[in-house]
Amino acid sequence: MNKLGLITKREYLTRVKKKSFLLVTFLTPLAIGFMIFLTGYFASKSESKALSIVVLDENDILERHPFEDKFLSFEFSKEPIDSLKKKFSSQGFDMFLHLPKSQDFSAEKFNVNYFSKESQGLGILSNVEKHVAKSIKEYKLQNSTIDRAEYEKIKTRVALANALIDEEDSEIEGDRTSKYSKQIATGLSFAMGFMMYVVIFVFGGLVMRSVMEEKLNRIVEVMVSTVKPFQLMMGKLLGVGAVGLTQLLLWMILIPIIAVIGSSFFGADIAASSGMDPQQAEAALGELKNQGFDINELIKEISALNWFLIIPVFIIYFLGGYFMYSSLFAAVGSSISEDMGEAQQLMMPISIPVIIAIIMLPAIMNDHHGSLAVFGSMFPLTAPILMPARLPFDPPMWQVFLSILIMVATVVSFVWLAGKIYRVGIFMHGKKITFKELAKWIRYNY
Amino acid sequence: MSILSLQNVVKQYHNHRAVDGVSFDIPKGSIFGLLGPNGAGKTSLIRIITTITGADSGKVFLDGEPINSESPRHIGYMPEERGLYKKMKVGEQLMYFAQLRGMSKREAKTAIFYWLEKFENKDWWDKKVEELSKGMQQKIQFIATVMHNPKILILDEPFTGLDPLNTNLMKEEINEMNQKGTSVIFSTHRMEQVEEICKDIVLINQGKKILEGKVSDIKNQYKNNLFRLEFDGAFPNDLLNADFQLIEDTESDVLIKVSENHNSNELLQALIAKGIQIKSFTEVLPSLNEIFIKLVEKKS
Repeated sequence: MNKLGLITKREYLTRVKKKSFLLVTFLTPLAIGFMIFLTGYFASKSESKALSIVVLDENDILERHPFEDKFLSFEFSKEPIDSLKKKFSSQGFDMFLHLPKSQDFSAEKFNVNYFSKESQGLGILSNVEKHVAKSIKEYKLQNSTIDRAEYEKIKTRVALANALIDEEDSEIEGDRTSKYSKQIATGLSFAMGFMMYVVIFVFGGLVMRSVMEEKLNRIVEVMVSTVKPFQLMMGKLLGVGAVGLTQLLLWMILIPIIAVIGSSFFGADIAASSGMDPQQAEAALGELKNQGFDINELIKEISALNWFLIIPVFIIYFLGGYFMYSSLFAAVGSSISEDMGEAQQLMMPISIPVIIAIIMLPAIMNDHHGSLAVFGSMFPLTAPILMPARLPFDPPMWQVFLSILIMVATVVSFVWLAGKIYRVGIFMHGKKITFKELAKWIRYNY
Repeated sequence: MSILSLQNVVKQYHNHRAVDGVSFDIPKGSIFGLLGPNGAGKTSLIRIITTITGADSGKVFLDGEPINSESPRHIGYMPEERGLYKKMKVGEQLMYFAQLRGMSKREAKTAIFYWLEKFENKDWWDKKVEELSKGMQQKIQFIATVMHNPKILILDEPFTGLDPLNTNLMKEEINEMNQKGTSVIFSTHRMEQVEEICKDIVLINQGKKILEGKVSDIKNQYKNNLFRLEFDGAFPNDLLNADFQLIEDTESDVLIKVSENHNSNELLQALIAKGIQIKSFTEVLPSLNEIFIKLVEKKS
């Protein structure tokens, strides 16, 4: 095996064999699966208990126009307000709702008071608001001259659907994307952008520490008498990169498996925890569907994404971003001495573009084909984070290719530059390193 | 035949000349001292020999051939501040270094077992370096230097931080390797160490060679005609003149400097003529340290 191969192999194996690698690799997807399960579990738990409300309606509207809600139960009372205020809690109610008398029903706004021992969630309050408003509207409708049938005709609902249009301006048959696809794409976009951010700092930091270890332990002195400094640096970059790639590929396999298992538990759990029989559970799922949540549709939409493009291109950016930043981290690691403060100072300019990219991420997810998005995904220092974030929104292919081209050219020049700094840096001890100094090293010829 | 030959080697760093036209030959099979104070250019020279850096000009020959990318296979280099991967197991680590030097897996394993057995530490194979004591780590470092059976060993301050026991052990091993035919370069700023180990030396200062040759020849060349005399009774002061000067007078002996146109026999004859009972009479040769200081002072 050649020397570069030997170095890469060592860098790879010493990390992959570590317990911490196995733990992180296998526990991360498990943790994600567990979180999905927990979110579903608590959501179903909290919703299964209905909120009991005692209502003092001085206009008798609610009683005449009642409504049903699985999560809210109403009782009506004619007791005076002061005694109800005192007693509602001891009578077992969670909330006391008071609709005061002599309201001007022509007004658009209608004030209702509520009393509660505990502060209530925003979801519950808006649910109550929604129902009370509906009942009052019914009451107003009845007392008006408006014909109900005519009124029903006026009601309009708009569903905004997104249709992709190809170059001939005609709709692509069957590629009509629903409202989910946008949410899925946004989630995926954020996940990929954020993952690149983590990759750059975690693996870049790993490379930097490893270079520092070899320098401070003077292992380099032994190593570079048999291998070239550039081989040593490249071996490290390749080895650590292979570790990252291994982890990524394992996650790509494990996360979907665990997510599917997790969500099936979650589905079964709704039925089990609320004591519903399968029919009721199906009805509950149907209700979820009415509220805008359809698991089947979701799965359909996820599988409809262009994974054959997204996965390989993401891997290219993963490697590009990794090599671009890790070579810089390797250069920093080679040039510093024991002083970690120096490292911080040199890492600043490397971190800034990464942080800017993360700040730009939400803006780009909102306007994923705007000029900011195009610039951010072309500029090589931000492209590894921002282009993956654009991928789920089908960016023009020429932009993807151009961005990759620019990135590869940048990677090559950064690795070359880092090699120059590394070669001098690993033998420098006890010297305060400035950027001026680093620039000098690049020009050295030995 | 020389194992290593340097011809007018120059190495210029950004603003100082670390090696300034140095030439010397190292005879095959010798233990050779590369001497000089800190910052003289020893490490720069070694880095050129071990192909870590290239010389700006001049030539270096290893065993008759210009140094090239294959040369490191024949060199065993132990740097002054030695390093091992702390978290790596001894066996894995030595295998790694051996393979980087071009040994096959099988060759490497045989050599490593041979050396571990020699140091009576076969059970170290599966131990992490950080679990070993400092002395043990230095033995591992030594094995890493010699396991590929190099033609030439380059040891940079090999005894720094070693206790007397391990120093002796290391000396024995170096001698044994030398007797089997390995040439040794021994780089140090502690000149007194060299006198007992090396036959040949080169002394460099500020990048330049200032002295070269056999230790005994150099000492003779720089001797001051000093003789130490042990005797009974009082020293006859009337013996002293321009030719025989008293340099030092202690209770047990005296140090006498003989002028250049006289020799030790004349001093002895004069002493005997005075009826002095001589117990011992030895020539005092300068130490390399003294020679070095003298040379540097003369230059400045």
